Amino acid sequence: MATSDLTAGAQPGPIRLRAERRRIGEDVVKAVLALCALVSVATTVGIVVALVEPSLEFFREISVVDFFSGDRWAPLFTPPSFGVQPLLVGTLTVTFWACVVALPFGLGAAIYLSEYAPPRVRGALKPALEVLAGIPTVVYGFFALTFFTPLLGDLGLEVGIFNVLSAGLVMGVMLIPTVASISEDAMTAVPQELRDGAYGLGASRLQVATRIVVPAAISGIVASYVLAISRAVGETMIVLIAAGGLAQITFDPREPAQTMTAFIGATGLGDVPTGSIEYKTIFAVGLTLFVLTFAMNMLSIRLVRRFREVYE
Amino acid sequence: MSTPALVVGKRPRGDKVRGTLFYVLLLVSVSIGFVLLGTLVVDVIRKGVGYVDPVLFTEPTSTNPERAGAGPAILGTIYMMLLLLAVVVPLGVGTAIYLEEYANRERWYNRLLELNIQNLAAVPSIVYGILGLAFLVRGLGLGRVLLAGALILTLLVLPTVIVASREAIRAVPDSIRQGAYALGATQWQVVSRQVLPASIPGIATGSILALARAIGETAPLLLVGALTYVAVNPTLLGSFTALPVQIYQWVARPQEEFRLLAAAGIIVLLAILLTMNAFAIWLRNRYQKRW
Amino acid sequence: MPDMENAPAPVTIAGVRDRRVAERQQAEPPVHRDVLFDVDGLTASYSGVPALRDVSLEIYKNHITAFIGPSGCGKSTFIRCFNRMNDLIPTALVEGTIRYHGLDLYGPEVDSVEVRKRIGMVFQKPNPFPKSIYDNVAFGPRVLGWKDGLDDRVEQALRQAALWDEVKNRLKASAYSLSGGQQQRLCIARCLAVQPDVLLMDEPASALDPISTTAIEDLMHGLKEAYTIVIVTHNMQQAARVADMTAFFSVEVDEESDRRTGILVEYDETPTIFTNPGDKRTEDYVTGRFG
Repeated sequence: MATSDLTAGAQPGPIRLRAERRRIGEDVVKAVLALCALVSVATTVGIVVALVEPSLEFFREISVVDFFSGDRWAPLFTPPSFGVQPLLVGTLTVTFWACVVALPFGLGAAIYLSEYAPPRVRGALKPALEVLAGIPTVVYGFFALTFFTPLLGDLGLEVGIFNVLSAGLVMGVMLIPTVASISEDAMTAVPQELRDGAYGLGASRLQVATRIVVPAAISGIVASYVLAISRAVGETMIVLIAAGGLAQITFDPREPAQTMTAFIGATGLGDVPTGSIEYKTIFAVGLTLFVLTFAMNMLSIRLVRRFREVYE
Repeated sequence: MSTPALVVGKRPRGDKVRGTLFYVLLLVSVSIGFVLLGTLVVDVIRKGVGYVDPVLFTEPTSTNPERAGAGPAILGTIYMMLLLLAVVVPLGVGTAIYLEEYANRERWYNRLLELNIQNLAAVPSIVYGILGLAFLVRGLGLGRVLLAGALILTLLVLPTVIVASREAIRAVPDSIRQGAYALGATQWQVVSRQVLPASIPGIATGSILALARAIGETAPLLLVGALTYVAVNPTLLGSFTALPVQIYQWVARPQEEFRLLAAAGIIVLLAILLTMNAFAIWLRNRYQKRW
Repeated sequence: MPDMENAPAPVTIAGVRDRRVAERQQAEPPVHRDVLFDVDGLTASYSGVPALRDVSLEIYKNHITAFIGPSGCGKSTFIRCFNRMNDLIPTALVEGTIRYHGLDLYGPEVDSVEVRKRIGMVFQKPNPFPKSIYDNVAFGPRVLGWKDGLDDRVEQALRQAALWDEVKNRLKASAYSLSGGQQQRLCIARCLAVQPDVLLMDEPASALDPISTTAIEDLMHGLKEAYTIVIVTHNMQQAARVADMTAFFSVEVDEESDRRTGILVEYDETPTIFTNPGDKRTEDYVTGRFG
């Protein structure tokens, strides 16, 4: 084959395997990219520092024991009282009612998507469900206050204008996609052979779903539950709008209550003077909230990793 | 129970009933969200549509519901969106490239980085508000300004952008990278000329969805002082408000008229979100690569 | 072939070794065979598990050298050592030496990017970039900063790859619009555009139909005037058709750990390997009794 001079053989010049010069650009790029990544680390550090420092000052004035054991929360009153229990109870009850909706229906949706839905239906439903999670929480809050609470009243429940039940139930619907999406991932990861084996023994679809798939995907399901609970604990706007601002210890869902997030939101939006004890309460409550959700997030991440490791 | 004998091809009746019941329960689970969403949309439109008028888009809020609008709030939201986009996309994509293309996963600090981002994605949004209050508003002395709001929303949705960008980058097959390396391309040449161009549709889709999440956020903005009366168009270092915050302010008022006004604001907010989501989906379908 | 006449056809492994030692002890390689690569005691491992052990051979300039053997014998791992593609896998480790023009490819100062500029690679599955035909071929020269006469380079490379006539009217079309065989020739053209010294081909025709395979083989015959070609193939007929030299690799299974390690069994001129192999295992393989 005739080859022209241009292409015959190798690149011109002597054989050289060293780089002509150090590629500084490559190092600069890598450094810049690593700096981008460091922003996330700085955010976490920032959050911790922002929370811990004023909280320490707060706990210098109010003892930790009083904070957690006190059953009266009235930081803006004279004399003030800093028992966080009402806020914890408020958070707990709202979360409970959210879970009543989100956990069973989220799991049901996941089972439907993973075990029953034809591929096309599933392909359409999954992103559609995500739309639910994309509706701003202020909108859910509005809906809970102006539609759902009156509806509960019409149904014969004697709920107040502000009440835990309405906020919790609406929040629960919002959290269905969170539970459904992670649980469904875990169920899809369950090997088909397990199902086939059960069907081969004459199991029905219901039995395969509940006795084979759900147990096999349990760590993913628990992970989705933990994450949903964490989201419920951290949700602000729905409770701020629909559950009222009364910090009280009550387990009656028809009553108003204040959660940790709602307290932070309500206090933080005012013009509290920096350095005052009111200002510091925001951080003390914020730190409590952060520690709680952090622990749950970590647990959830671990559980998700576990099911990924088992089946992938 | 007359015949306990073996029946082939037929399940016991109880099983069938149970199976059907279970199936109905599952259908309820999937549809309950959509039922609520449909009700919500109808309810909001019914209440608010009367207030969707030019006043809503141009005027600032007022004590008179007939003259109250969300003009500065809508502008504030748009400004924050633009600022946010300018910062969060480079940061998010940069982090995603680092994690996918450069970071050695055997190293503990890279694994910690990944864990950190996963956790940040689940930190309650109001905690970001506290961060903004402590560092931007008070610490840096920035005050309750638009820039502080935009920065806090940036940090809030950064993990979302990172995760979406990583998925888009990971979807580029390794054979493309190898082909480029085999021609003597350096790592950055491979990334910038092959991997990034191929993953732009996925990154764009993810970024728009993250943006949509950011503009609906209310709680962190409350803490950086967005709940305030703003009569003029917002500036970077001036006081500001945003559409969801304006909606909250109206909802929180006891008068019925303001609730209707809030519904009108929600119509606008949902319309913006719907447009962005539709655009993201269109983008994904239009440019999605099948390798 | 003077060295062949000297060597009696040995039947034992020891015999093969002796002959190789004898070859090595010759003062100079024969005039018509310039050594391009001198591999000595090469072991490649992933995560500490050797995939290929203690390989020594020489690859000659302007020859086509084929690596054959059953799957898992490490032949693909081996070919990737020549342009340091294994560097891209963090857990990969290459021990021993490969001298290229007498320079140690794995020497401390050696830059893998420089290596790959001179030693191109074509992969098993055609992996065109998601760009136009033109941009695929122009990618290499652009990466190397060769801005002048880009059009000529692209045309030249496409002509060399016997693809020009088929694509000259649609250079702006997506590379994905080409057939599998055309895509593979495009990948060859892409390599040729950077004027490499060596073409490494890792099962280049295994994903192609017989007609495309023939086209690629014809192409290789033409290219060896100007290039040194190393090809991995599982297709013995292909090796017999195209290669001047053939190396047969096999798998050694450790009974205790069940670890599979590739070893070089025999390396000789292609006709010898196929008609008069020196090793029983080679004979079993080429006659189809094994693998």
